[in-house]
Amino acid sequence: MTSASKRELIARRVAREFKDGFYVNLGIGIPTLAASYIPEGCEVILHSENGLMGIGDYPLEGEEDADLINAGKETVTTIPGSSFFNAAESFAIVRGGHIDITVIGAMEVDQHGDLANWMIPGKMIKGMGGAMDLVAGSKRVIIAMQHTGPDGASKILKKCTLPLTGVKVVDTIVTEMAVMKVTPEGLLLLEVQPGFTTQQVLEATDADLIVKEPVPTCPL
Amino acid sequence: MNKVGTIEAAMERIQDGATLLMGGFGVCGIPENLVRALQQRGTKNLTIVSNNAGVEGAGIGLLIENGQVRKMISSYIGENKVLEQKVIAGEIEVELNPQGTLAERVRAGGAGIPAFFTPTGVGTPVAEGKETRNFNGRDYLMETAIRGDVAFVKAYKADKHGNLVYRMTARNFNPVMATAADFVVAEVEEIVEAGQLDAEQIVTPSVFVDMVIKGERYDKRIEKRVNRQKSGAGI
Repeated sequence: MTSASKRELIARRVAREFKDGFYVNLGIGIPTLAASYIPEGCEVILHSENGLMGIGDYPLEGEEDADLINAGKETVTTIPGSSFFNAAESFAIVRGGHIDITVIGAMEVDQHGDLANWMIPGKMIKGMGGAMDLVAGSKRVIIAMQHTGPDGASKILKKCTLPLTGVKVVDTIVTEMAVMKVTPEGLLLLEVQPGFTTQQVLEATDADLIVKEPVPTCPL
Repeated sequence: MNKVGTIEAAMERIQDGATLLMGGFGVCGIPENLVRALQQRGTKNLTIVSNNAGVEGAGIGLLIENGQVRKMISSYIGENKVLEQKVIAGEIEVELNPQGTLAERVRAGGAGIPAFFTPTGVGTPVAEGKETRNFNGRDYLMETAIRGDVAFVKAYKADKHGNLVYRMTARNFNPVMATAADFVVAEVEEIVEAGQLDAEQIVTPSVFVDMVIKGERYDKRIEKRVNRQKSGAGI
């Protein structure tokens, strides 16, 4: 599977979690792609933590405005019904539990729902930006990432090894291989992506997965 | 009342070693004329509180390259390679805060609140050395307020009293920074008479603003120009 098709598979599956009327924050990378697969008839309002509710399409060439960007510093537009607010209010929205879903990438996630996605010891630290607030405050956090790292090692661990972004914050993990949910009993294998078997998922995963056969395959 | 001043007069208010609050998100909505003037003046040993650290050749990047910054208090500095080198060389100290914590610390500073508890960062490196307290079964970190000696903010328009309105996401941290410094300078694209801004629409009330400057030149650099044909929605 190419990297692009993995990313698309993950983004498509993430978008199925969106419900009509949801306010959603999408992180940079694969999470952003989920905006392209929002289900038909489902109106989702996208939050940008730099101070915008209601992100629209990217602008047409020549219609970019330097005063209108998203949290990834990309030029964007707004939808009808959008609003602007300052940084403190933007994070009051986040911390106050007003965001229905945050979708974010990860370096490591573990079976307890701990997340590491902002620093690698010994490397230049760029900063956490809004990630720690988003995972601490959103009603539900979905991790969208490839199942394994470039070296083939599982990114879904028994226990995170990198410095954390949040403790017990993750609800659901979506990868190109599977969908998993953090439960009080442990990490439950909810669905297997098309083209993969439960056995392949288990072999590619360091974390202990709870398997309740039969494990359904994600609908395409 | 007339708070319209000159950029030279604004520069008189900031001394070596000052803590400077600055609005902006990336290089969107930054007080670029005040930054250029500060670079020319060469004020040193600054502690700058700003979400980001500019880019090479623009915004706070100019001050960093000119050796004027001792410490950055920010949430994300990944866009500035020169800063990276200066951090590795030990020339600049960086204190990273979660973005919402940074915004709230400054908001608290402007609102007379010395500290507050937030769920953000519990159990992470951010929590090191900070008091944790449990409220209603959940752990929270104590974070303290930030205030500055001077704040430089960018607004779209001001009236002569110093009431400010902003333009789209160029608002970002500017209204918060404008509340939390001993001397607040707002640079704007247009200054109008008192009464010409709709009082219902004012975002920063004049009471927070000490001086208003009309910016001479706006480059308004775009960090990442992305157009529609490349992708669907623009997050």
